[in-house]
Amino acid sequence: MSKDVVLTVLKNEKLVENVYRMVLEGDTSAITKAGQFINIKVEGVFLRRPISICDYDETTITIIYKTVGKGTIIMKDIEVGAKLQVLVGLGNGFTLQDDESQVVIGGGVGVPPMYRVAKELIASGKKVTAVLGFNTKSEIFYEEEFKKLGCDVVVTTVDGSYGTKGFVTNALDTLTFTHYYTCGPKPMLKAVHKGNYGKGQLSFEEKMGCGFGACMGCTCKTLYGNKKICVDGPVLESEEVLWED
Amino acid sequence: MGRLTTELSGVVLQNPIIPASGTFGFGYEFQQFYDIDRLGSISIKGTTKDARFGNPTPRIADCDTGLLNAVGLQNPGVEKVINEEIPKLREVFKQPIIANISGFSVEDYVYTAEKMDKCEDVAILELDISCPNVHGGGMSFGTDKDVVREVVSKVKAVTTKPLYVKLTPNVTNIVEIAKVCEEAGADGLSMINTLMGMRFDLKTAKPILANTTGGYSGPGIKPVALRCIYQVAKAVNLPIIGMGGVMDAYDVVEMLYAGASAVQIGAANLVDPCACIKIIEDIPRVLDELGIKDIKECIRKGVK
Repeated sequence: MSKDVVLTVLKNEKLVENVYRMVLEGDTSAITKAGQFINIKVEGVFLRRPISICDYDETTITIIYKTVGKGTIIMKDIEVGAKLQVLVGLGNGFTLQDDESQVVIGGGVGVPPMYRVAKELIASGKKVTAVLGFNTKSEIFYEEEFKKLGCDVVVTTVDGSYGTKGFVTNALDTLTFTHYYTCGPKPMLKAVHKGNYGKGQLSFEEKMGCGFGACMGCTCKTLYGNKKICVDGPVLESEEVLWED
Repeated sequence: MGRLTTELSGVVLQNPIIPASGTFGFGYEFQQFYDIDRLGSISIKGTTKDARFGNPTPRIADCDTGLLNAVGLQNPGVEKVINEEIPKLREVFKQPIIANISGFSVEDYVYTAEKMDKCEDVAILELDISCPNVHGGGMSFGTDKDVVREVVSKVKAVTTKPLYVKLTPNVTNIVEIAKVCEEAGADGLSMINTLMGMRFDLKTAKPILANTTGGYSGPGIKPVALRCIYQVAKAVNLPIIGMGGVMDAYDVVEMLYAGASAVQIGAANLVDPCACIKIIEDIPRVLDELGIKDIKECIRKGVK
């Protein structure tokens, strides 16, 4: 069950170029799982902006977003204290597994939802490796935060300016694990899915109309039939994922 | 009869507010936000003879005063809609249901209409000859007078339920099309469907929608909708379900002034899941403000 609530902006700060962290305060009771998202009404654009939840507690939600268009560019200038209308607790989220050795894989702004996944896995006593992929050193964020959770962290950069050179798959090839959770750009998800890493869960992104299953704007085909990314996803099981091309 | 009740071809609605087809799924998705039985009616997701996946994604593009959609009539097909979706909606919704039907041939339309005609839970058929997002279907039946005449008269022949034809604004003269619907036996009109539009990605210079074009809806189209409804209301004697960018109770009154008897809400549902119920709750206040006793006084008030 999702809830439409008013949240107050507690923080809205730049992490790295074009990437911002916003902390919102209010009723978070509709959030039940890591990997869910919220849909924010932003003054100046028509549709709400769906953003994944990086972390939350009883009274606050942390999101990390990239300025990619008109809505997020307006968001970065929203001042502390502002009230936002937000649909909270959207999407199915990840189903955390009991495996002893698990890996979370984030690419760019796909990193934030993996933070909560890692946090919950570690709290339940699992060993977690975080593979965080970026294009270049200046884009890296949250490496320290994942370390503080107690994860082994491997950072990859496409240009080799920091950590392992290449893509997240270059790091995954050297690791042993039995289950993965991932979020990132589609080409990355595809490479991970096709990389013979066993079972996992993949979080997809799609342009949405409503965010709660009414408009059928974000439907995708899966092995188990048509699914709406907003309510049947954004997380799909590796067994059901189909690639159109 | 309450202050907000209205009527469409003998079907009484407890208020004039109807979520528009395609923006409200099969209704029950909204039950988590409010009691949907408080709505006047619901126009359910456009239904075709066979199940459809719809268009590839992206199917949605934001615009400053609305959105483009190119969903492409995703639906589980008429059998499943009648056997699964409508019964599921009926559990929480006792008001009249409007079945929106579309197709790719006259035979398709007739087939789906015949099935819906036999469904007791359906009160009104809304014949969608105006969807701009399917190739060889939808809107291609709503832009040519001869085709409109054929599809409306053939569907009318297989149904005893009120038949409302949903018109596209993407024509040179919407009044001509409306007159043909009236002559062919339509009981009413729904208008307007979306305006065909496009947006481009600034980095790639490619259209944002995978379908290239989409249907533009939202507050930006309200003046176009009001103009179309007004022109048609002056020229034909059919009841009209007005729609196009309605965001609040003032917009509802304006639609009624222009010639509508009931009003559909579309894009507003996507940005505020409680839009319809907020509007219903606000109508009495707006009527008081305007010194109007009964909403029926508003219908066609501005049509001279």
